[in-house]
Amino acid sequence: MQKVVEMKGITKVFPGVRANDDVNFELLKGEIHVLLGENGAGKTTLMNILYGLYQPDAGEIFVNGQKVNIKSPGDAIKLGIGMVHQHFMLVHNFTVAENIVLGAEPKKGIKIDMQKAIKDTEEIANRYGFKIDPNAVIEDITVGQQQKVEILKALYRGADILILDEPTAVLTPQEIEELGVILKNLVKEGKSIILITHKLKEVMAMSDRVTIVRRGKVIDTVYTKDTNIDELAEMMVGRKVNLVVEKSEAKPGKVVLKLENVSALDHRKLPAVKGVNLEVRAGEIVGIAGVDGNGQTELIEVITGLRKPTDGRVYINDKDVTGKTPRDVIEAGVGHIPEDRHKRGLVLKYSLYENAVLGNHYKLPFAKGIMMNYNKIKEYARKLIDEFDVRTPNEEVFASALSGGNQQKFIAAREINKDPELIIAAQPTRGIDVGAIEYIHKRLVEERDKGRAILLVSLELDEILALSDRIAVIYDGQIVDILDAKSATEHELGILMAGGTLKKQA
Amino acid sequence: MANKNTTSSKLKAALSTLIFPIISIIIAMFIAVFFVMWAEGENFFVATGTLFQAIWEGSFGTSFSIIETLVFVTPLLFTGLANAVAFKTGLFNIGVEGQFIMGIFAAAAIGLIPGLPAVIHVPLVLIGGMLAGAIWAAIPGFLKAKVGTNEVINTIMMNFIAMFFVNYMIMGPLNAPGKATTPLIQDSAKLWRFLGETNRINIGLFIGILLVALVYVLLWKTTIGYELRAVGLNPHAAEYGGIDIKKNIILAMAISGAIAGLGGAVHVAGIQYQAIQLFGFTNFGFDGIAVALLGKSHPVGVLLSATLFGALNSSSLNLQLANIPKDIVYLIQAIIIIFVAADYIYKWIGEKRKKEAMING
Repeated sequence: MQKVVEMKGITKVFPGVRANDDVNFELLKGEIHVLLGENGAGKTTLMNILYGLYQPDAGEIFVNGQKVNIKSPGDAIKLGIGMVHQHFMLVHNFTVAENIVLGAEPKKGIKIDMQKAIKDTEEIANRYGFKIDPNAVIEDITVGQQQKVEILKALYRGADILILDEPTAVLTPQEIEELGVILKNLVKEGKSIILITHKLKEVMAMSDRVTIVRRGKVIDTVYTKDTNIDELAEMMVGRKVNLVVEKSEAKPGKVVLKLENVSALDHRKLPAVKGVNLEVRAGEIVGIAGVDGNGQTELIEVITGLRKPTDGRVYINDKDVTGKTPRDVIEAGVGHIPEDRHKRGLVLKYSLYENAVLGNHYKLPFAKGIMMNYNKIKEYARKLIDEFDVRTPNEEVFASALSGGNQQKFIAAREINKDPELIIAAQPTRGIDVGAIEYIHKRLVEERDKGRAILLVSLELDEILALSDRIAVIYDGQIVDILDAKSATEHELGILMAGGTLKKQA
Repeated sequence: MANKNTTSSKLKAALSTLIFPIISIIIAMFIAVFFVMWAEGENFFVATGTLFQAIWEGSFGTSFSIIETLVFVTPLLFTGLANAVAFKTGLFNIGVEGQFIMGIFAAAAIGLIPGLPAVIHVPLVLIGGMLAGAIWAAIPGFLKAKVGTNEVINTIMMNFIAMFFVNYMIMGPLNAPGKATTPLIQDSAKLWRFLGETNRINIGLFIGILLVALVYVLLWKTTIGYELRAVGLNPHAAEYGGIDIKKNIILAMAISGAIAGLGGAVHVAGIQYQAIQLFGFTNFGFDGIAVALLGKSHPVGVLLSATLFGALNSSSLNLQLANIPKDIVYLIQAIIIIFVAADYIYKWIGEKRKKEAMING
């Protein structure tokens, strides 16, 4: 078969990181080729090179057999390469058709020919089986539809080679299925597709071939039909992994966290949380499932005192903490693994020992009066590092020197060692390696068994299903349903996450 | 073994922070030499000799010039530390100048009170200066914390208010008849000139050096410093860690202003003995920005860079005697600042690139 893209010996070095090291990659005409690897393995860097966003330090690129020098995305588009980024790049108050033609508008004189733009959009959408309204405004449509707009945008510019970066991260299970159908249609029309992902199930469902990348190097390229999930996981991580979290039956105790009719605004002052009621008991893990941006962030900020609610009450152990400061909430017995470890979880330019006491730095034995006791603090930091197996040369290095997984383990260590009654774990494993994921999952279950209440928020449905005892689904700022994790299925959750309802059967 | 590792890595870290300031000082000196060559029509070696000899003799060459250099260093210690504290909290206190002026005013006014013993009067003058500076800085701090106004703009405006207010007081209610000054302060309010009355050096210098140690302890050994620096480095994480950002912004400004105000009070009680009508800013506050930048906002760095800037300033007279325009001093200082600023920008871009690499990995 014809090779549409061939990358040979690609090397790209960032300060301190060898993102791509002598990487070879090829894409055949009409195939769906997955680039599989953990976060930080170098998948996106490789594709950004192909799309002209980065220049390789060494190596050659051939497109349709011709050696090319792709200096900018403009060059890539001319070669028929289109890329859909993880974060969409759409103008939110423009319509679908306006976004699709943006930058390549059909013109009538000096005016934009909107009629033609709409007609073109409809035509191209029909050809590939997209259901979309060209006149809908972007901010009114779902994330899944926005993704279709991104894909159409690339097709409108004549892309034959389509790169999709983590396309399923923001989709519900049903939307993922739909995406699978769209991709198959595109391939039938002769397009070639590269999917960047770290999700193994989707690899098996969607692709023809897989190239596995680990720490900037290509491990292997295999046919999907000749491999299986366990083998792929092993190649991706470099060792055998246990994909199942083992846990016993939960023994729920008293109510630790109680939310009554909580409402809050987001940073644009629009309602984000709309009357949430929820209870989390000691000794259970309650998972909040939902598509990104449905109020999860704001809800957690309200509980932890980082955001003032507009309505409702928050109780921790029957103590009203509504609208209290973060310090009050911490003292009420809440440990919080924040969703963004670089923004909230760590002061990156603080040493590990300084980060180790963030949140209780003012308390004995770490401080007496206003004088801090750094000997005690360092001792404590070493304890955290040992206990959670944080890989670091010592406790004096900046937090920024650690890998994501080790930073996350360190934060988890800090929060669990505050001996909280409630642990809020927001995306506790986002963007970290499989080893660290396994460890944090194991610890969360252990803490549950010790009788702590755990509120888990995650965009990864697999994580929610693996850890939770009960699953609350959040949609548009409301808890639409609470399911028992033992009987909940991915399909049911998907329907709820998209705003649908389940027909209750007796 | 582990200990040895940490000491050597600490040493390395210290060296790598020092390298840029040192290189920029060397390059600044080089460029200055070329200007001297140009101005004097001399060759490189002669020009280098003339310039360095003039600077050295003017700053450390004689006992008199050493004393005068230390007189120049003293206010820069205070204004440098004041800026450093603000920088460490992520604030840009351009108002150190105005807070210094308010310190001058408070000291000159309190210093007039008759009939107090020195043990009470001197502390009263210094505390008065600190309070005046602290209040002057806390106002823009409060505005930033409560309504989010930019402290840079507000402190600049406060500088002008301070200058015109103090000038009004000097020419009006507190005027010494027939002079553009306030009356001389009482002897009981003066700082001890330990090398005799004719040498302007006074114990203000030691107050400054003591303050270097105090600021170091404050920033790195207390919960206050822990919180201030956390707010400066990552306000989101600080907030998450239960640190009150608004309180710390106001506190950082007040501490910064108190140090600046103390500097002003020391300047009056140790050197001027009165407040003199200002025809422009004193520039001690603005030089303090440069001192803090070159000293990497570290108290010890501030001590070193204040010494350098003080030495350059005090040698300017000697340069004129050697037929070198004294502006060469400002040229050197300006070039140092440009390079130090370039270092910050370079680091900023480096961080950004690293972040990109991490996100896109």
